[in-house]
Amino acid sequence: MIQNAFFLALREIRRSAMRSMLTTLGIVIGIASVIAMVMLGDATTAYITQSISKLGTNMLMVIPGQERKGVPSSSLMAKKFTHNDIEAIKKEVANIRGAAPVGSTMIRAVYGNQNYSTTIEGTDNDYFIVKDWVFASGRNFSEIELRSGKAVCVIGESVKKELYKDQDPIGTSLRLENFSCEVIGLLESKGAAMFGMDQDDVIIAPIRMFQRRISGNQDISRIMLSASSAEVIESAKASTIALLQERRRIGLTQEDDFFVHDMREMVQTLSSTTKMLTILLGAVAAISLLVGGIGIMNIMLVSVTERTREIGIRLAIGALEREVLLQFLIEAVVLSSLGGIIGIALGIGVGVGTTIYFDLPLIFNTSIIFIAFLFSTCVGIIFGYFPAQKAARLNPIDALRHE
Amino acid sequence: MIQEEKEPIISLRGIVKSYGSAEATTYALRGVDLDIKQGEFVAIMGPSGSGKSTVMNIIGGLDTFNSGEYNFGGVDIGSLSLDQKTLLRRNYIGFIFQGFNLLGKTTAIENVELPLLYRGFSAHDRSEMAMNALRSVGLEKVSHHTPGQLSGGQQQRVAIARAIVTDPFILLADEPTGNLDTVKGKEIMELLSSFNKEKGLTIVMVTHEDEMAAYASRIIRFRDGKIDNSVHTKIVQ
Ligand SMILES: Nc1ncnc2c1ncn2[C@@H]1O[C@H](COP(=O)(O)OP(=O)(O)O)[C@@H](O)[C@H]1O
Ligand SMILES: [Mg+2]
Repeated sequence: MIQNAFFLALREIRRSAMRSMLTTLGIVIGIASVIAMVMLGDATTAYITQSISKLGTNMLMVIPGQERKGVPSSSLMAKKFTHNDIEAIKKEVANIRGAAPVGSTMIRAVYGNQNYSTTIEGTDNDYFIVKDWVFASGRNFSEIELRSGKAVCVIGESVKKELYKDQDPIGTSLRLENFSCEVIGLLESKGAAMFGMDQDDVIIAPIRMFQRRISGNQDISRIMLSASSAEVIESAKASTIALLQERRRIGLTQEDDFFVHDMREMVQTLSSTTKMLTILLGAVAAISLLVGGIGIMNIMLVSVTERTREIGIRLAIGALEREVLLQFLIEAVVLSSLGGIIGIALGIGVGVGTTIYFDLPLIFNTSIIFIAFLFSTCVGIIFGYFPAQKAARLNPIDALRHE
Repeated sequence: MIQEEKEPIISLRGIVKSYGSAEATTYALRGVDLDIKQGEFVAIMGPSGSGKSTVMNIIGGLDTFNSGEYNFGGVDIGSLSLDQKTLLRRNYIGFIFQGFNLLGKTTAIENVELPLLYRGFSAHDRSEMAMNALRSVGLEKVSHHTPGQLSGGQQQRVAIARAIVTDPFILLADEPTGNLDTVKGKEIMELLSSFNKEKGLTIVMVTHEDEMAAYASRIIRFRDGKIDNSVHTKIVQ
């Protein structure tokens, strides 16, 4: 009986090539889109998380003002930091690898006939330690350069590409607004662009040069710290806060006029944001899964008239209800799983292709693959099987007369 | 085969079939009594709408009836489930429909093989038996054509081959020549008549043509859902 039903089912699938194809197509599209979308979403999440960890997850960022709902609100009014604050942190906070003052602004850099707008950050050598940043060529700042605020600078890979192309930048003189500075170092590429924020798109100069020639004041708008390991971030953060409260004379009942960002928190916030992205993409994909399902449903329902007559003929010449149903069930299962397998292959193909194209990490979410497969297969089976079940319970003559 | 006086194989008593609800009831059959013995070739005649198809469908177990008794070879059909009636058809009855009711896009031989498949014959036996049946209706040359590629007469003969391929006890034919011209119709009748004479196949056939009815050994006339006994039914031979 099962053998016969298989034989009949496969023959019917071959015979109704168009109907079979459309049914399968609905399932293929549904499954493929879900898998591809979720894969892309997961890849983006993983990529962003990775990018952030390249910023340094053990990093603490101290800014003036208080953070409210993710936006530093009063940072412009709050008192900035001083060189003495940095010295104090370096001396008194344990378990840190470095503490760098940072002041930054946008600037236009000119070399030869090339000019390029980028960010300039005034800082000291701890900056490279905190950011785990290695030199591709050249050197970091000397003590004298730092103390005197000499016009020297280290450039990132993107700045080099824009202004120097294949030329070696070391030793050249780069024009910044109204003064020139000597390029003494080139940093290795961090390679991670995040939200259009390219870490390599930067010029780094001694903080004193930045203050004297660019900002025109002694303020330090940020302090970057790096804990020696993930385990001591909390204690480093706590000691930094305690120290700054004391130095800035914050009373017990007063609110801090500075804020310490923990990069891990940022990672968490951002990865939860990107998880939202995955959910969103998943929802879009779920809609196409649904549309695919409706497509299958439509084809199945449209063919019900034709198939009800077929069922009537089969019943009239001696097919039992269960024999007819087994045939229809096998048809539905074969088409649905065929569509499912093609859909999975296509979905993974498209997902992997896009992921590789955008240079994102590959993540396989097997449960989504499974759910998409299960859903489409169920739709195929339900809409292939239940109308048939209804028809097979009719008097043969009523099935034959079905309009 | 020697014709003996036997218990009728088919026996209908007071069969009533109606359609619609209480207020708007239409009666297709208003109490039909009918006996058919093994080896008989019965023609059912009567005006359109007189209930001929309805009675055939009930005899074939394709349709239900509202009241009355139907006994087939000692079995009370009214008490059978759908599947039990299917088994009865599968094993004992060949049915030729008023429309041909062939599976579309399916070749003649596949159509003829279908009842054998449900009877559980092997693929080899199926194609041999189906080919024999097609040969007996003169269609061996077009066995791999689909209904769309066959003429009306050829489709009717495929339907006949499908009905007789299982070697049934009884053949029910609802206007088997209805869609054919007289020449083709007579060919079909010769064929049915030969099955009746040579194999002793019991045949119940609906027709509205006297020429076709003339092949039968007994003619039953229907009028308004009843057997019209006022008309003398001539017994041929
Ligand atoms: N499915 C149905 N619904 C309602 N009335 C029907 C149905 N089938 C048949 N009838 C009615 O039953 C009567 C007998 O029909 P039928 O047996 O097909 O007649 P015949 O085959 O003698 O032309 C007709 O009046 C017809 O209109
Ligand atoms: Mg009729």
